[in-house]
Amino acid sequence: MIYADNAATTKMSRAAIDAMTACMEQEYGNPSSLYALGQHAKETLERARAQVAAVIGAQPEEIYFTSGGSEADNQALRSAAEAGRKKGKTHIISTAFEHHAVLHTLKKLEAEGFDVTLLPVHTDGLVRVEELDAALRESTCLVSVMTANNEIGTIQPIAELGALCRARGVPFHTDAVQAVGHLPIDVEAQHIDLLSASAHKFHGPRGVGFLYARKGIRLTNLIEGGAQERGKRAGTENVAGIVGMAAALEASAAHMEETAARLVPLRDRLIAGLREIPHSALNGDADHRLPGNVNFCFEGIEGESLLLLLDDRGICASSGSACTSGSLDPSHVLLAIGRVHDVAHGSLRLTLGDDATAEDVDTIIQNVKEVVEYLRGFSPIWRDLQSGKKPFIL
Amino acid sequence: MALYSEKVMDHFRNPRNVGVIEDADGVGEVGNAKCGDIMKMYLKIEDDVVQDVKFETFGCGSAIASSSMATELIKGKPLCEVKQLTNKAVAEALDGLPAYKMHCSVLAEEAIQSALEDYYSRHPEKKPAE
Repeated sequence: MIYADNAATTKMSRAAIDAMTACMEQEYGNPSSLYALGQHAKETLERARAQVAAVIGAQPEEIYFTSGGSEADNQALRSAAEAGRKKGKTHIISTAFEHHAVLHTLKKLEAEGFDVTLLPVHTDGLVRVEELDAALRESTCLVSVMTANNEIGTIQPIAELGALCRARGVPFHTDAVQAVGHLPIDVEAQHIDLLSASAHKFHGPRGVGFLYARKGIRLTNLIEGGAQERGKRAGTENVAGIVGMAAALEASAAHMEETAARLVPLRDRLIAGLREIPHSALNGDADHRLPGNVNFCFEGIEGESLLLLLDDRGICASSGSACTSGSLDPSHVLLAIGRVHDVAHGSLRLTLGDDATAEDVDTIIQNVKEVVEYLRGFSPIWRDLQSGKKPFIL
Repeated sequence: MALYSEKVMDHFRNPRNVGVIEDADGVGEVGNAKCGDIMKMYLKIEDDVVQDVKFETFGCGSAIASSSMATELIKGKPLCEVKQLTNKAVAEALDGLPAYKMHCSVLAEEAIQSALEDYYSRHPEKKPAE
C-alpha cells in the first residue's frame, strides 16, 4: 500500500509511540494532584510544553494544549474577536481558502456582528501582502492567514504578513496545522501572535494540538471548568497525548531540513509525471508549496471514482470533489483559486509521507494515468470535449 | 461499515453495458458537470422491447454503479415495464445507497426516462396512450 494522504493524517512516529507508552504506563497521576505521582505527571507535562515551545521559538508559558487544530483555531479567533469587541474593533481579515475551522468560526462571528473581509488567493493560491495592507482598517482586530494550505499546499508569506500586522498593531493568527513539523516556524522572526497546530499532522497522536498565544494576548475560554492550562482550557490534561505530540514534534523538527530536501525532488517528479496526462493542471504555485503536496485537476472525470479505483490499486489519496465532501459543491479551496466546478470535481490530492520513495512516485504516476484514461473512456463530458462539442477548460 | 454495499462496488468496478450505441433509437442525457454527475443512456429498441442499452457516466462511484444497474434492469424488457422503472428500484437492486447518494439513482431513472422520451419523440406512433 502507498499511503499518499499525509495531509489528512500521518502515521505515528516510533518516538511518539514509545514516549506515549511509557507515559501511559508510568505517569497515570493527575497533574493537578499534590502527591508525588501527580506532581511527576505535572513535570512531564511541563517538559513537553517546553519542548513544543522551543520548536517554534516561543516561551513555554505561551503554549496552551488543546484537543487539536480545530479547537486552537476556534479559541484563537474567539479570543481576538472578544478582545477587539471590548475596544470597539469588529473587523476581521482572513482568506477565502482557510480551513473550515477558521471559516465556520468567522461565519458565526459575522452573525454576531463582526465584519469579515476574505482576501483573494489568486490562481497561484498565494495571498498578496499589498492586498492585506489595503484591507487593514482602524477597526481591524485580527488577521488570520494559514501558513500552508491543507489542500493545495501553498505556503503564504507569513513573515511579511506578520510584519505588516505588527506595524499596524493588529494581532496576527496563523493556522499552521499543515506547516508545524514540516516548515521552519519562528514566532518571533515571523511576527506571529497566535498559532494553531495539530499533533497528528506531524506523526503525533490524533486528538491533541496546541495554541500558541503571545504573552499579553488575552485568551477567551471555550471550555469552562478547572484551572488547567493557566485557566484558559479546563479539563484534566491528556498527558500521554501531549507527551506523544512533543516527542513527534521534536523528531520531525530534528529532520525537517533533510526530509524536505528528500521530498521536494519526489514531489516535483510526481508533478512532472502527472503533467503528462493531457488536459490536467497542477493546483497552486509549483514552488511555494509544502514539500510533499501535489494537487491536480483532470478534466472529464470525477474525483471520488478516481479515489476508489486508486484505493483498489493500493493507493490512498483524497479529492476535492463534491462527492467526497458530502456537499453539493466541490472544494472551496479549488473554487478560491479560480477552478470552475466542472474541473474542481476532478481533483486529486496526493501528499507524500517522509518515507516516500521514487518507486512509490512512479507507481502512483502509472496508476493515476491508467485510471484517468479508463474513467475518461466512458465519460460523456470527455466525449463532448474530444469531439469539439465543448471547449476544453484545461 | 463501508461507504458502499458490495453490490455497488461490484457495479462500480465492473460496470455492465458501458459504451455507446451509434445508431441508438433513443438517447437521454441528464445531470450537469457543475454538480459533478452526468449520465447518458443509449437505447436500441425493437418491437417495443429494449434490445440493447449502453451508458456513459461522469460521476462518483454510486453514479457509475446506478447507471450500470439501471441498464441491467431494463435490458430485454418491454417498454411498458421500462416506463415503470423508479430510482427506488435501482437503489434496492444495489442493496441500498447512502442517503446523500440517493440522487445518483434518481439520475439513472431520469436518464432512462429521457432516452425513452427521445425514442417516442422520434416515433410518436409508438407512444402508448396516457
